[in-house]
Amino acid sequence: MIDAKRIQSDFPVLQEEAHPGIPLIYLDNAATSQKPAIVIDSMNDYYRKYNANVHRGIHRLSEEATAAYEGARKRIADFIGAKDTSSIIFVRNTTEAINLVAQTWGRANIEAGDEILLTEMEHHSNIVPWQLLAEEKGVTIRYVPFTGDGLLDISNLENLLTERTKIFAFSAMSNVFGTVNPTKKLIAAAHAVGAITLVDAAQSVPHLSVDISDLDCDFLAFSGHKMCGPTGIGILYGKRHLLEEMPPFLGGGDMIRRVTIDGSSWNDLPWKFEAGTPSIAEGIGLVAAVDYLSDVGMEQIHAHEQFITGYALEAMSEIKGIRFLGPPVAQRGGVVAFTLDGIHPHDISQVLDQYGIAIRAGHHCAMPLHQRMKLPASARASFYLYTNTEEIDQLVAGLHRVGKVFRR
Amino acid sequence: MEDSIYREQIIDLYDNPLNFGRLDPADFVYEEDNPLCGDVIEISVKLDDSNRVIDVMWQGQGCAISQASASLLTEEIKGKTLDEIKEFSKEELLDLLGIQLSMTRIKCALLSLKVLKAGAYGMPDPDELRKSDDD
Repeated sequence: MIDAKRIQSDFPVLQEEAHPGIPLIYLDNAATSQKPAIVIDSMNDYYRKYNANVHRGIHRLSEEATAAYEGARKRIADFIGAKDTSSIIFVRNTTEAINLVAQTWGRANIEAGDEILLTEMEHHSNIVPWQLLAEEKGVTIRYVPFTGDGLLDISNLENLLTERTKIFAFSAMSNVFGTVNPTKKLIAAAHAVGAITLVDAAQSVPHLSVDISDLDCDFLAFSGHKMCGPTGIGILYGKRHLLEEMPPFLGGGDMIRRVTIDGSSWNDLPWKFEAGTPSIAEGIGLVAAVDYLSDVGMEQIHAHEQFITGYALEAMSEIKGIRFLGPPVAQRGGVVAFTLDGIHPHDISQVLDQYGIAIRAGHHCAMPLHQRMKLPASARASFYLYTNTEEIDQLVAGLHRVGKVFRR
Repeated sequence: MEDSIYREQIIDLYDNPLNFGRLDPADFVYEEDNPLCGDVIEISVKLDDSNRVIDVMWQGQGCAISQASASLLTEEIKGKTLDEIKEFSKEELLDLLGIQLSMTRIKCALLSLKVLKAGAYGMPDPDELRKSDDD
């Protein structure tokens, strides 16, 4: 069992006060996680002791920086079970990873008459890049709907996922419902009709043990900042044969083999997709985060979040007028989105902030999901390995106070 | 701790808004939302021959701040001329609300004024635009 209080001591921000005299209760982890000191220190170390550009200089600092950066790639490949290190592309975040696939693989492989399949619970980052592509190519986007309790409704999947489907892109875990989707099953269904798969793993890789060689997905994307790592670094995994056939995304230094005034040829994988000086410190920081999470253990983290989520759902159910979004705890990760009758989520969040409690209010970058639920917005508390039951008790007390302020 | 921005009057206006509804016919109607949070406000205004507001109503949904602001704003502009509406400042509306707001919440508070001014400057009603698209 995780000792969440001991873990909190690893995170400098969690020692801060939200307001003078009021401790911080951070329950906005689906938006971004906090960073342990070892992640911050690893980036400081790079800047203080061996800052240099990678893949270029023939001098000690550059070699050390290159070794750390490329070592990061290997460590991250191992963490997600990717056998081939060159299939790990460093990008800025999940959003950039999905745009990369839409703009390179998508442009080269999708034509008028083809279809793209998404789900209605996607984050905007897994909708808008496909809409841009669909508009350019004149292709249709279809959406797998969800049930009232936030599970994917796959009863009609065979009519949505057909031989016309070129790619099925979906999230492994919903950032609003918290639903953990049957990723492996969906990938197999897509492959059965010859479709490529892209898994938006922004919410799953930080919280669940992910094994790409078992999933057999074609592309998978996630962000460093939601998994105790820094902002500005994310990962695109792609199957090697797909990446090799894809045209480059951005042009510039580091992604070329040879440049002449008449044209250029491309570098080997993964550097073909990494134009310009990359986020070196962030890559190093992400590895420190991966090491940190691995030391705690992804299975333990998941078990802890299951426990906290179950505790929260039960404790919060006593709040007057509360309505939860999403499935029962067995099918969800550490995310609890909810509404309170007659109180706008913004107001909930504002009142909770006065008690030092940070939650998210709004549509959480999932407007289609909220439109389908006929909700303008929702409030969302999301947990991580450092969330403890006392913080949930404080959240419940805070929600009672929200009700009092609004005389509900 | 004091729930300072949710003073009694704000909650009263949230529960019992003033001038709620839609004028039909109206001299101008305008609606806009705050894409960050999904607050929506529509304001409809009737003017007399000298372009003075003789009646105004609003409808929409959103947080207590955006809704209370719309009530206070519509109450305030009755009797004002179109030119006076165009001159009406953000500070005047924030003074009417009488609360200290953070950067993110100021957008909620000012949505009603943004809608009113867009209407006053003759922005076409999005509903009408949608209809003409269908034709």
